[in-house]
Amino acid sequence: MITFIPRDRVSKNWIMIAPILSIAFTIFFGLLIFTFLGYNPLETLYQIFVSPFSRIDRISDILVKACPLIIIGTGLMLCFKSNVWNIGAEGQFIMGALLAGFIALSFPNIETKFFLLITILAGFVGGALWAFIPAILKTKLNVNEILVSLMLVYVAMLFIDFIVRGPLRDPMSFGFPLSKPYPEGALINKIPFPGIGFLGQLHYGILFVLLLTPISWFFVNKTLGGFKINVLGSAPQAAKFAGFKQNSITITVLLLSGGLAGVAGVIEVSANIGQLQPEVSFGYGFTAIIVAFLGRLNPTGILFAGIIIATVKLGADNAQMTMGIPKVVTGLFEGILLFFLLTGETLQKYKIKWSEGKK
Amino acid sequence: MDALVLTIIATSIPLLLAATGELIAEKSGVLNLGVEGMMLSGAVGALGAVLWLENPYYGIVAGALSGVLMASIFSIFTINFMTNQVATGLGLTIFATGLTGLAGAPLVGKTIPSLPKIEIFLLSDIPVVGSILFNQDFVAYLSIAIIIYISFFLKYSKSGIILRAVGDDHQSAHSVGYPVKKIRWYATCFGGMCAGIGGAYIPLVLTPHWSEGMTAGRGWIALALVVFASWIPWRIIVGALIFGGITIAQLVGQARGWPIPSQLLSMMPYLATIIALTMISGKLSKNNSVVPSSLGKPFFGSQ
Repeated sequence: MITFIPRDRVSKNWIMIAPILSIAFTIFFGLLIFTFLGYNPLETLYQIFVSPFSRIDRISDILVKACPLIIIGTGLMLCFKSNVWNIGAEGQFIMGALLAGFIALSFPNIETKFFLLITILAGFVGGALWAFIPAILKTKLNVNEILVSLMLVYVAMLFIDFIVRGPLRDPMSFGFPLSKPYPEGALINKIPFPGIGFLGQLHYGILFVLLLTPISWFFVNKTLGGFKINVLGSAPQAAKFAGFKQNSITITVLLLSGGLAGVAGVIEVSANIGQLQPEVSFGYGFTAIIVAFLGRLNPTGILFAGIIIATVKLGADNAQMTMGIPKVVTGLFEGILLFFLLTGETLQKYKIKWSEGKK
Repeated sequence: MDALVLTIIATSIPLLLAATGELIAEKSGVLNLGVEGMMLSGAVGALGAVLWLENPYYGIVAGALSGVLMASIFSIFTINFMTNQVATGLGLTIFATGLTGLAGAPLVGKTIPSLPKIEIFLLSDIPVVGSILFNQDFVAYLSIAIIIYISFFLKYSKSGIILRAVGDDHQSAHSVGYPVKKIRWYATCFGGMCAGIGGAYIPLVLTPHWSEGMTAGRGWIALALVVFASWIPWRIIVGALIFGGITIAQLVGQARGWPIPSQLLSMMPYLATIIALTMISGKLSKNNSVVPSSLGKPFFGSQ
């Protein structure tokens, strides 16, 4: 039988090895399931993991898909580090996009790109307000934030559906549930590369990620706020004795993660859609939970994790087109990956010992 | 009116079963957030089995087995590998969403026969209540039987008291010699079985065909119901009926053309969940003796 013996210190090797091993295990089990369900395992593997790299414009599309995942994942990192379980980023994403969209559509003639600062700020506020509901209920009345944040995802989905089919519907949309197109000032453009033109859908929103990752790294590792979050998550008792106010940390991380999810919503809609529609998110808020864990709850890790998961997402789109595999199949990989990543976390702290003898 | 009450009961049964199963798991100290995933697996398992064997009763068995399978995956990781229960439960739901999407793809567009009603001799002839309470399907009777059994089990049986002890203080339970991990395995698998049957009930009675994510958040509402019931089994019946009622009320509202946009009506079950949680949590934080103290905490001791 197996017993676990605590290690004296966290194994540094495991921190690096665990994610790589987890990915290997995930691919192995994924293939097993595909074979069992009667799909060609090698072709599936090719479509999901290799085909996204087959052309340069596809590679840039990986970055485009990774963009919201990294932004949301970075916010969720703050929550998960401090043991606050915000799983409603999907709803915060939608509400951010919606509030920003409302402001963008209120100024139909605006052309200056400085207007984007306002819509992005509005997105932050929209997402943060939506996250404020579980935050205040958790801290004032001890209501479980997991369930509240999740229920609010359904509410947000229905709300944007109502707004787009009702008050904000474009009368010229021929009965389609679409808002008017955004004004020029609220659109995020694609990046032109001299001599090449556009690379797929690669847009300026990616700059936000390039800013966010170093800033969040600095915040987590070099500031008192980041320190408090780390202590609260890893040693709640110590945080209590040190006099850290748990409630204000809970509220802060929820507001920040909600806000970032909202910003991701604005960037996604302004860069890729250009108007409001009933479905704006496609599950980014849920996928980002996996991204945060795969990135080991640290900003640089999340950058890479976002790219890896975005690859799988794009690959699944390809597999759906070429092989008719439903694209929800990404969930299968994400789930298995999360299981093994979490197991890796246990193995960081414990040695496995095999022993003969009684069961 | 009868028809309305019957639909409310039918709508509340998946919630009732899933919440009862989760209650037992939580009483043993295991917080399994994978209820939604286990229900989805139960639904797809039931659909597959009925299409294959052409008998709705096999759907119940297949649903139960699918739920147990998912619960076993959860148990291996959280109980044996001591992973974080919240994250693993989320992972289970994400995993099951993918797996059922894949497994359900060939089933799209196929319809299954519904679970037959069983009239109970004489009792079903009682005016008014007879035709409602004693003309139900097998799963409806089963779920009531499970609730009654669970109430007695937790309160009066030795195993029930051991189960609660494990959930309240796993260290002490371990030192007295109870196999904490084994008990948690059983409790989690029981939870999986109930969630699986609850999930199976959705295609077997409510909508007889597969669509991706057809549980539509019922697993999450079931989790909220356990809190709402303050971990007391019979209160789950009350909670499930209230939610069944709200769900049907919004459907009736949409059908009768109430002057409220349909999306706002559809929000009602979710908003009601938040309101119910808020009302009950305030009280619970003053008197938290009903919450299993070891809930969600992994047990590290060997056995």
